[in-house]
Amino acid sequence: MNVFLQRVYLGLVGLFLLLPLMVVAGVSVNEKQTLAFPPQGFSLSWYGEIFANPEWRNALLASITLAAVSAALALAIALPLAWFLWRRHAPWANVFQLLGIAPFTLPPVITALGLLTFWATTGFYGQPWTAAISHAIFFVTLPLVTLSLGFSSIDRSLVEAAATMGADDRTIFRTVVLPLILPYLVSGYAFAFVLSLNEYIVAYMTVGFTMETLPIKIFNALRYGYTPTMASVTILFVAIAALIFSLVARFGDLPKLLGAMSNNDK
Amino acid sequence: MSGLALQNITKQFGTFTAVKNVSLTVPHGTFVCLLGPSGCGKTTLMRMIAGLDLPTEGAIKLDDADITRVPTHKRDLGMVFQSLALFPHLTVGENIAYSLRIRGVGKEDQKKRVDELLSMIHLSGYADRPVAKLSGGQRQRVAIARALAISPKLFLLDEPLSALDAKLREAMQVELRQLQQRLGITTIVVTHDQREAMTMADTVVVMNSGEIRQAAAPVEIYRRPADTFVADFIGMTNLFDFTADSAGRTNALGSSIEGLQVPGGLSKGVLSVRPEDVHLTAPGHGAIAGRVTFVRDLGGTIETFVEAGGKQIVAVSMPHARPDVTVGQDVGIKLSPDACVVLKS
Amino acid sequence: MRREAPQKLSDYGPLLFPAGMLIVFFVIPFATMIAVSFFKRDPAGFYSTAFVFDNYARFLSLFFGKVLGFSLFLAIAVAICCVLLAVPFTYLLSRSSRRTQVVWLVGLLSVLSLSEVIIGFAWSTLFSRTAGITNLLVAIGLMSQPVALNPSFGAVLTAMVYQALPYTVLVLYPALVRLDPTLTEAARTLGASPITSFFTVVVPALRNTIMATLIMVFIFALGSYLLPQILGRPQHWTLSVLITDQAIYQSNMPFAAAMAVFLVLVTLGLVGLTLLAGRKGEAA
Repeated sequence: MNVFLQRVYLGLVGLFLLLPLMVVAGVSVNEKQTLAFPPQGFSLSWYGEIFANPEWRNALLASITLAAVSAALALAIALPLAWFLWRRHAPWANVFQLLGIAPFTLPPVITALGLLTFWATTGFYGQPWTAAISHAIFFVTLPLVTLSLGFSSIDRSLVEAAATMGADDRTIFRTVVLPLILPYLVSGYAFAFVLSLNEYIVAYMTVGFTMETLPIKIFNALRYGYTPTMASVTILFVAIAALIFSLVARFGDLPKLLGAMSNNDK
Repeated sequence: MSGLALQNITKQFGTFTAVKNVSLTVPHGTFVCLLGPSGCGKTTLMRMIAGLDLPTEGAIKLDDADITRVPTHKRDLGMVFQSLALFPHLTVGENIAYSLRIRGVGKEDQKKRVDELLSMIHLSGYADRPVAKLSGGQRQRVAIARALAISPKLFLLDEPLSALDAKLREAMQVELRQLQQRLGITTIVVTHDQREAMTMADTVVVMNSGEIRQAAAPVEIYRRPADTFVADFIGMTNLFDFTADSAGRTNALGSSIEGLQVPGGLSKGVLSVRPEDVHLTAPGHGAIAGRVTFVRDLGGTIETFVEAGGKQIVAVSMPHARPDVTVGQDVGIKLSPDACVVLKS
Repeated sequence: MRREAPQKLSDYGPLLFPAGMLIVFFVIPFATMIAVSFFKRDPAGFYSTAFVFDNYARFLSLFFGKVLGFSLFLAIAVAICCVLLAVPFTYLLSRSSRRTQVVWLVGLLSVLSLSEVIIGFAWSTLFSRTAGITNLLVAIGLMSQPVALNPSFGAVLTAMVYQALPYTVLVLYPALVRLDPTLTEAARTLGASPITSFFTVVVPALRNTIMATLIMVFIFALGSYLLPQILGRPQHWTLSVLITDQAIYQSNMPFAAAMAVFLVLVTLGLVGLTLLAGRKGEAA
């Protein structure tokens, strides 16, 4: 009886989370350019449209490039910082940990506006690369958190053992620390990549008038005229996110990454 | 019959059988220890008695009422967990009063009962302390008091003393046994510590691989183990093979054992002899021939390791009866027939 | 390995790049924004250097007070709804098998990563007359004809709860999954039904976590800028919407910056107050 009620509750929450996506999926296979549900006819042509229509294709390419570059940059900032904080005893350096977590914790409009005023003041406003840096700063929190977690799970005596066998700091990092931290590196990159792919306000405020990422394109379409391509792109993005997170779960310990104890401790 | 009865209990987790067809009766007011190595099914058995796991097959009866499917919270029992599971957000008093509060007992009565229990566990005046501020032994007592607050029909303890250091553990064993005798409550303790079981229990239930190997009084278990597992698991023992001729005369460790008659028809088996029953003498004179390989002098007792007939035999003696032997010396071993327990191999 | 304090200057090497990036592209922009909030608007360009309090003085209006009040109210409502839904949900999730947890976590992360644009679009479709949920109700005969459910306050609230729910679950998850399962088992042996043990053990034991989660979801919800625009009427617009509007469409960056600074102060102030109240409550 109780198990039944629990299932019902979980099911209702699941339905709440799925419902909008199901409707959008339904809309995306409409045959004609109408916003209708249940769908009238069945057609996958709106998925083809993402790649056939140069506007959507360019937006998709812009988004993927931005996500790939900014996530790499976020990792490049987070890795040395997390390593330093783990390796050295320097309490004042925790201030940078805080700085790395702040952009993602504050309301995003604040980070976005800060970057907008900055790029406007320095005269680089609208340059595509400014979006990459802006996203890297905005999402540096994610790899920073996963990497800190990863470092804290490394047994420090491994480093000592490597040192007794003659490895210097650099060799230890390359041969011991890096292989152990790799799953966290990959998942940190994956988190930053997926969120950058979907980010709207920072991209909009920094390069909104010169470059169209997919979320910006969808918003403009929402404003200036409906097309079912919006629906098909939405489903495509959900599928990409689900795929990437499934891969993270397949090759890593997802519950542990999100704060549970590791499987082995149980 | 008043008391607890387990009838043909089996518990499977997927393809793994944790408890196999276990039957046991625990008369009202007795103290039972479930003893066994880790993974033997003793904790699973206790969790089924508590209703935290459901048996795959079999029935559990309490005072003749079938409680197999009764949910935990309606069983009116008290349980002490290995982790103690004291509620971190409640004070000592609130922890103890929890089961009373849940049952809607009035504030005044709650307070009276808490004071009673606190004085029983020698922690009067601790009611308002947060549980995090207590020492290990104090937390232990609070967990016990909490479980006893409603005067349950059944008192269950899952490895209750494992978190304490050795000295405190021994003291708590005595205290727990005295408490149980004073209250006359039916008590079941899960433990892997045989000293603990021997100290406290009326009946020790030795389990292995999900089965009960022997259930008997502690001295009986020690003196008359039912099989080689029990003999080996409880205390130190010497196990070695024997053969017997048609007249029942036995031969072991390369010599015949004088005076030991085994039941007719048994041609071979295993003998279990406790180390304190192994007596060392001068070689010859009908004694089993052996050679000393190691002497461990522990101060209170002396263990002498002797190789005889290809087996290692341990003899334990008290300091006043210290055998005058050195490593490499040839000695004789005397086994009194009364001390030899005959087991099937 | 002992963590040693850095000995030589070169030990600080790894810190160079991250610290530089964070200072140049986060601290300086933040400072720039604070500075700009005191500048004057320049209709021809972005702004001109000055030191005036005009931008802050504009807050002292009924309109602005209403927007601020509504923003805070909306964020609190979202936070409360999310926590009410998420605490039992996360508790059940944390008690299920590891495999089930992974499936849910993948789903939650996927929804969490959805752009606000997409969430707005999805819910506006769901609430629309032509493709919305009311069509379903018509189909099973509960309604006579489909209606549009947005723009409305309910639509904004629903979509924002949708957006913040996965976040809430993921913030609660570590604490709940690490909660000693024997605590609830103990409560059950002491006579508490599963529901009683949830309310007398799980919720009180996690009081601090739940409080912290409320604050985090509150801040998260404060940042919502598109959903009120897509699903609400102008009176449902929040401070985040106004900031975007002033910065982009009205080209009044100084005023937008002043509002942003104000939003940060209000956020930090509320968080501080809550923490203080929490500490007092604990001491009592």
